[in-house]
Amino acid sequence: MTSLSNGHAANDSSPSPSPSPLPPPPFKIPPIKFTKLFINGQFVPSLSGKEFETVDPRTGEVIVKISEGRKEDIDVAVNAAREAFDNGPWPRMSGVERARIMMKWADLIEENAEEVAALDAIDAGKLFHLVKVLDIPAVAGAIRYYAGAADKIHGEVLKASREFHAYTLMEPIGVVGHIIPWNFPSTMFAAKVSPSLAAGCTMVLKPAEQTPLSALFYAHLAKQAGIPDGVLNVVPGFGPTAGAAISSHMDIDKVSFTGSTDVGRAIMHAAASSNLKPVSLELGGKSPLLIFDDADVDKAADLALLGILFNKGEICVASSRVFVQEGIYDEFEKKLVEKAKAWVVGDPFDPKSQQGPQVDKNQFEKILSYIEIGKQEGATLLTGGKRVGNKGYYIEPTIFSNVKEDMRIAQDEIFGPVLALMKFRSIEEAIKGANNSRYGLAAGIVTKNIDTANTVSRSIRAGIVWINCYFAFGNDIPYGGYKQSGFGRDFGLEGLHKYLQVKSVVTPIYNSPWL
Amino acid sequence: MAARRLSWLLSRSLSAASGPDSLLHSLGRNSGGGIRKWKRFSTAAAVDEVIIPQVQIPYTQHLIDGKFVDSASGKTFPTYDPRTGEVIAQVAEGDAEDINRAVVAARKAFDEGPWPKMTAYERCRILLRFADLVEKHRSELAALETWDNGKPYQQSFNDELPMFVRLFHYYAGWADKIHGMTVPADGKYHVQTLHEPIGVAGQIIPWNFPLLMFAWKVGPALACGNTIVLKTAEQTPLTALYVAKLLHEAGLPPGVVNIVSGYGPTAGAALASHMDVDKLAFTGSTETGKIVLELAARSNLKPVTLELGGKSPFIVFDDADVDQAVEAAHFALFFNQGQCCCAGSRTFVHERIYDEFLENSKKRALKRVVGDPFKSGVEQGPQIDTEQFDKVLRYIRSGIESNATLECGGQRLGSKGFFIQPTVFSNVKDEMLIAQDEIFGPVQSILKFKDTEEVIRRANATRYGLAAGVFTKNVHTANTMMRALRVGTVWINCFDVFDAAIPFGGYKMSGTGREKGIYSLNNYLQIKAVVEPLKNPAWI
Repeated sequence: MTSLSNGHAANDSSPSPSPSPLPPPPFKIPPIKFTKLFINGQFVPSLSGKEFETVDPRTGEVIVKISEGRKEDIDVAVNAAREAFDNGPWPRMSGVERARIMMKWADLIEENAEEVAALDAIDAGKLFHLVKVLDIPAVAGAIRYYAGAADKIHGEVLKASREFHAYTLMEPIGVVGHIIPWNFPSTMFAAKVSPSLAAGCTMVLKPAEQTPLSALFYAHLAKQAGIPDGVLNVVPGFGPTAGAAISSHMDIDKVSFTGSTDVGRAIMHAAASSNLKPVSLELGGKSPLLIFDDADVDKAADLALLGILFNKGEICVASSRVFVQEGIYDEFEKKLVEKAKAWVVGDPFDPKSQQGPQVDKNQFEKILSYIEIGKQEGATLLTGGKRVGNKGYYIEPTIFSNVKEDMRIAQDEIFGPVLALMKFRSIEEAIKGANNSRYGLAAGIVTKNIDTANTVSRSIRAGIVWINCYFAFGNDIPYGGYKQSGFGRDFGLEGLHKYLQVKSVVTPIYNSPWL
Repeated sequence: MAARRLSWLLSRSLSAASGPDSLLHSLGRNSGGGIRKWKRFSTAAAVDEVIIPQVQIPYTQHLIDGKFVDSASGKTFPTYDPRTGEVIAQVAEGDAEDINRAVVAARKAFDEGPWPKMTAYERCRILLRFADLVEKHRSELAALETWDNGKPYQQSFNDELPMFVRLFHYYAGWADKIHGMTVPADGKYHVQTLHEPIGVAGQIIPWNFPLLMFAWKVGPALACGNTIVLKTAEQTPLTALYVAKLLHEAGLPPGVVNIVSGYGPTAGAALASHMDVDKLAFTGSTETGKIVLELAARSNLKPVTLELGGKSPFIVFDDADVDQAVEAAHFALFFNQGQCCCAGSRTFVHERIYDEFLENSKKRALKRVVGDPFKSGVEQGPQIDTEQFDKVLRYIRSGIESNATLECGGQRLGSKGFFIQPTVFSNVKDEMLIAQDEIFGPVQSILKFKDTEEVIRRANATRYGLAAGVFTKNVHTANTMMRALRVGTVWINCFDVFDAAIPFGGYKMSGTGREKGIYSLNNYLQIKAVVEPLKNPAWI
């Protein structure tokens, strides 16, 4: 991430982002090996024989056709997972044994880092060089973290109110359905799969239809590492068919979803009207970044820009609302715009690129339409606002000022490189503005003042608060939403516990020397 | 069958592949591959020809600040082969000056880094790489361990080396999960606890499980970010030097782990009383534990964890499966030549099954295969050294003199080395010395009891409180016993199950603190409370 923020020595002249389609990448994209559903340890075509296209967002062209999983395929996958849970070795292995297999899987993923990074880059338009050094090592790291937790799942011995001996067993919850998004195909995969594996669960995972490639590759490596058949099933497909089948399945014990708030609502509804399976949802955000007068303006501008442009703004914790205190506002605005103009948009395989194309046509058009809305609502377009080039889905880093809190560009999740800049006077006003959102996923604070930092961090209704940093994720750091950003936490031991059931065991005890 | 069962027991209790299931459960399962088909040697088989282990002794100097160095004095001491009493190698003999140099290196590595300043994930990766290296060197290490200690090679190779690796995997997984807390305050304060590494840890380990004791001590200390000066037992200095070298190959910075070989009264005392050592961990005898604690108190008040002696009861109720109980009780006492601090050295048997139990125990002991520990099928090697050998024989004489019934054994075996016959006493009374003192040898004492209350009272009537075994099918008996026994570990229908996650340590004069498990991390962490006032907090 530092490479992103250090990439531009600020105010040199070279202005607008160099337009679009760049010369062919030096890295040769490997052939796509896995395009079918991964069920019960085998790659199989969908029962209907149907396929869908996955598209290269750099060009809009088809990369490959993928088997399209639908309800009947989900059923087969759930049966395999059910069998693997009810009668298979995985939940009956000790945590140590599961850990050994997971450790091996992590090693295999690292060995194949370049290939899998290329899959995410062509499938999602993510920066190849960053995926290779950030996302893929993070996948291996998360798997190792949870492998290390697999033999540390402790229940407790309890204080009973009478002469009883009581304790809790932390049991794997069963068959888990995971539905993951397209913006971080690899890290989201790891965030869901590794804790549930460590817990001893079996699972059916549906990757986003935009980005099915890396999940299938991971499944292949999982088999190589020794994860038993049926434990991890990957079924690519669409939300209304495959996703809906998962969330309403009577034999799935838990659904974990990351994606939009609208879809999250549909999933929870389906879970409620089927078997009341517990659901965890990591949904949208409109995360505020609060910059106070005592901040280092230059660093704060770097942070704000990174906060909105990292992964082309396709990140649920993007700092899409930046509140700046009036004393430094003008200077901040000037620097931010300069830096945005120096930001390099280009082919994600070009190491100079800081921003690739949006994931698909839908997103691309949605973002451009929000930019129009911003203008119509009366916000001032400081820079950007247009597509880059005429091929693929590249969009200029876009900054609006004079944004009012109730404007749609300040309320809705745009999921693109569009930043809403606002001015505040007092700490109270900043807190109020920051909380004026239906979302509550993340927040950033930039200040040197300890009281400001402490007060604001408790006042903001969000699942993670970064003080003088942003995107500081870690395997041991749970994160997830307040309000309509969802509930449940990914990462950390919280991320493990949501895949465990708590069972209390109570038995009478006679003549105990203590109670 | 008994031999097969024992081997299975053994692999259950110490192998990395085994789960946390109880012994009872595990006995029902297929033991899979790797089980040795032992012939029934009689105990009369002594050591005729000594098998020469196929291993070099690469390291005999102290390992200080990442380098192998001689003692400041230039002195060396011999380490012996307990099969013969002959010298294996001359080893650098550490004294106060060597300890001091090691502490200076550890202090620098702690104060200046990089070790405590690395991310936990980086420390985790180094420990994982180390575990992989140990796996690669498994046969050399197992051979060296057996050569220096006398324990059966099969036990070293099949059980202890995998367990060592397992322990380091376990602690690697802890490194990035050491959590402080945010703490509620009565007023407008933000309160948190930081769990910080304690600093330079001094560790003194015994000779009965040189590698495993290394892992119990070094694993948690490193996972928490400490640096270490470790003194090995003078009887078994070799394997610690070998693995410490591998730790450095795995990427451990110099000065983080320093190994000094030497004796207790010199090197050990210097470590225990060093003013710049922040923490001391000792495993060994209760007698030495007292001295260590005194030295810590008189010097800089460093906190001390002690894992000391035991006289652990093994209690068999009349509803127990007698065959299983006999085998488990035999294993509980004779495992590792009886040189286990938690050995089940007081076997209490309910009067209704006493005769049958005694008869079978005697038969089992007579079948125990004693011989060259490098020989396949040998269950019991020599005692560690002449001092222990003499002490065990002295206690056997004391048992006979106090009118316990010697059922079998009682003699040395052969004329060379420190071999002792598996020995069983019956009609043992609570007040006899063999029922009171830790013998630390292959001497089983069988005692009779009538009812639960009586056996609880007698089992607890000891200055020790390390472990206990309970064999019963009755859940009420099990529930009552588990709470009534004043010991750090209760094994119900199993014994010596030593998983990485299961804490181990003593009540009473068996010591203080717990090793292994999440509890072991507490030994190597300081807890710092941080309090800050809050202005206009949204909630408290």
